[in-house]
Amino acid sequence: MDFQAVIESLPRYGEPLLVTVGVTVASAALALVLAFGLGLMTGSRHLAVRTPARVFVEFFRGSSVVVQLFWFAFAMPVVLGIQFDYLIVAGIIALGFNYGAYSSEVVRGAIAAVPKGQLEAATALNLTPLQKLRLVVLPQAWPEMIPSLCAFAIMLLKASALVSVIGVLDITWLAGLLGKQPGQDRLLHYAVVLVIYFVLAWLIWTGMRALERRAKRGLGIEAKVQKGRLAPAVAAGGVD
Amino acid sequence: MDKSFGDLKVLDELSFRVDPGERVTLIGPSGSGKTTILRLLMTLETVTPKADPEADGGVVWVEGRPYSHMEKKGRLVPANEKWLRQRRSRVGMVFQQFNLFPNMKVLRNVTEAQVHVAGRSKEEAEAKALSLLDLVGLADKTGEYPSRLSGGQQQRVAIARALAMDPDILLLDEVTSALDPELVADVLAVLRDVAATTSITMLCVTHEMGFARDVSDRVMMFDSGRIVEQGPPEAMFSEPQEARTQDFLRAVLAE
Amino acid sequence: MQTGWSNETLREIFPAIWDGFIVVLQVTLVAGIIAIVVGLLVAIGERNGPAWLRRPLSLVFQFIRNTPLLVQVLIVWTATSLYINPDWSAFAVGSTVLGLHYASYTSESYRAGIDAIPKGQWEAATALNLPSHRVWGAIVLPQMARRSAAAVGNWIIAMFKEVPTLFIIGVMEMIAEARAFQGQHYTGAVEGYTLAGLLFLAASYPVAVAMRRLENRLAKSNF
Repeated sequence: MDFQAVIESLPRYGEPLLVTVGVTVASAALALVLAFGLGLMTGSRHLAVRTPARVFVEFFRGSSVVVQLFWFAFAMPVVLGIQFDYLIVAGIIALGFNYGAYSSEVVRGAIAAVPKGQLEAATALNLTPLQKLRLVVLPQAWPEMIPSLCAFAIMLLKASALVSVIGVLDITWLAGLLGKQPGQDRLLHYAVVLVIYFVLAWLIWTGMRALERRAKRGLGIEAKVQKGRLAPAVAAGGVD
Repeated sequence: MDKSFGDLKVLDELSFRVDPGERVTLIGPSGSGKTTILRLLMTLETVTPKADPEADGGVVWVEGRPYSHMEKKGRLVPANEKWLRQRRSRVGMVFQQFNLFPNMKVLRNVTEAQVHVAGRSKEEAEAKALSLLDLVGLADKTGEYPSRLSGGQQQRVAIARALAMDPDILLLDEVTSALDPELVADVLAVLRDVAATTSITMLCVTHEMGFARDVSDRVMMFDSGRIVEQGPPEAMFSEPQEARTQDFLRAVLAE
Repeated sequence: MQTGWSNETLREIFPAIWDGFIVVLQVTLVAGIIAIVVGLLVAIGERNGPAWLRRPLSLVFQFIRNTPLLVQVLIVWTATSLYINPDWSAFAVGSTVLGLHYASYTSESYRAGIDAIPKGQWEAATALNLPSHRVWGAIVLPQMARRSAAAVGNWIIAMFKEVPTLFIIGVMEMIAEARAFQGQHYTGAVEGYTLAGLLFLAASYPVAVAMRRLENRLAKSNF
């Protein structure tokens, strides 16, 4: 195996790495916004609010993210008669919608898990519904969401590799390109990319754990320091 | 001073009034509906709707005005959230399980509603909170999270939190039931203090008969959602008339 | 350039997409068996395997779990077709990689199921001096199976929806079929991908609902 050629081409991963990180961050931001919006809506008492959100969530969870990616990249432009200047936008929308739908269940579950007594105390103090949400419910639900949202963020990072197949120039795409060039070892390039993804996943996980510790401290709880293990914290119901 | 306040009526079969400044204790076996009455008054539950509330009853009145209902085109209809928000500002509640907000330190638990509901300035709210926390003996715990306090301390914070909103009516729902026995005395002492120094109307569900005897003007014995017997505490505890009350008191005092 | 939806194209592309759907089901069957069996072996190995095996096993599957399936498929396919045996089919290689990828998830669900077994059960087994295979076969696995069933089932549904990733090495599932159709007819993106998405929805939604019921029933059963 020719390590030299691979090492020499490492700097070329710089820009595609920014693309991978950018796609992940942008679609995670979109997913987070959707997760909160849909999570609040699916938890609503009102059928008229709940139903459209429920349909959206089941639609995107029920289908394949790979197919959704192709649909947003190649079918939606035809249907709407528009042309994406950047396919990366299609990728971000597909990933953001799909993981937003999944994560909304985390948000809904965490909100539903806030003890009823908390809401009653808030009513007794005459807080408005919006104040209850902002001052009492969300601050308590947030720390509970973090581990599951972290698991989805890592899954989203992994799924971001799929944008390479619709023509976005990320690190997976570059590994395929370089691997085909003479004097290069394709296996080594894919291995390099795998390691990069693993390191990024570890960074997300470490960051989320710090965030969780901080959030728990905001509840006066010293979070248990668990032994490091990159495991899916997704509850069974969250991934179907 | 306007004293027209304090005219309470609950459910159709059940009907009673409480005068302003009166201290009423509700006793009776669990499941007899005592807590439900407090929850109705706090608008955590709604009254079973009647076709014609004016004739059939089923309306809670406070200060001679409808509370669980509102007037609309000359008729009483179940109150909407806006009406309830306006009316329930007169009522405060302390819960069996304290229900302090775990995401806020002690001081903020007491200031939060003052600022966001009563519209007081932060300084004003904090000054009031500090004096109330001093009253309940927790002036040194203002910077702690509730999770770091004992049950008795949490409950005293909850009392301060309710009092901070200057309620005319204070509802106390088995406030010592969830506490370890050695912590009960501190909480009751605070409540005795409140009863002695203010003129707040108090409705109190409790199993602490000594407290009921000392503090209340009237004791009501409940069973199966009805008032079995009521009267001043001395009469109720020394010479209960109904067999149901006698049995209950014997069982409770034997504990 | 195609514009909008065409029922005629839909009729033409349907058989191809349907063939792709059958392939998806076949991959799911093979990869599902691998995920269910290997995941269990990994969970047991990580807990009761020889000491020299536990740490590496855990690390390898942690790595698999935290890196993209797409790249794993590409690297294994490159390795087999260039270095090991070019005759191995994309179907076999793809299904195996997919199965192992999801074994990294199912093993975590099994592990949670084992961890949830009360300590008293292990102690009782020790007190009865049961041999290790009886402890696992008669006590641990049956209890774990109930606790893990719904979670593992949900991972299999998730896996089913990731089968299209294998188009990248030429497994003729729905994406590959749609692309092939487009290559021949210069149309069919809208109809092909929409149809593929709806077929996934139609197949996975009822199973997901059934899985939620199972979950609720198992959660309620006192065992």
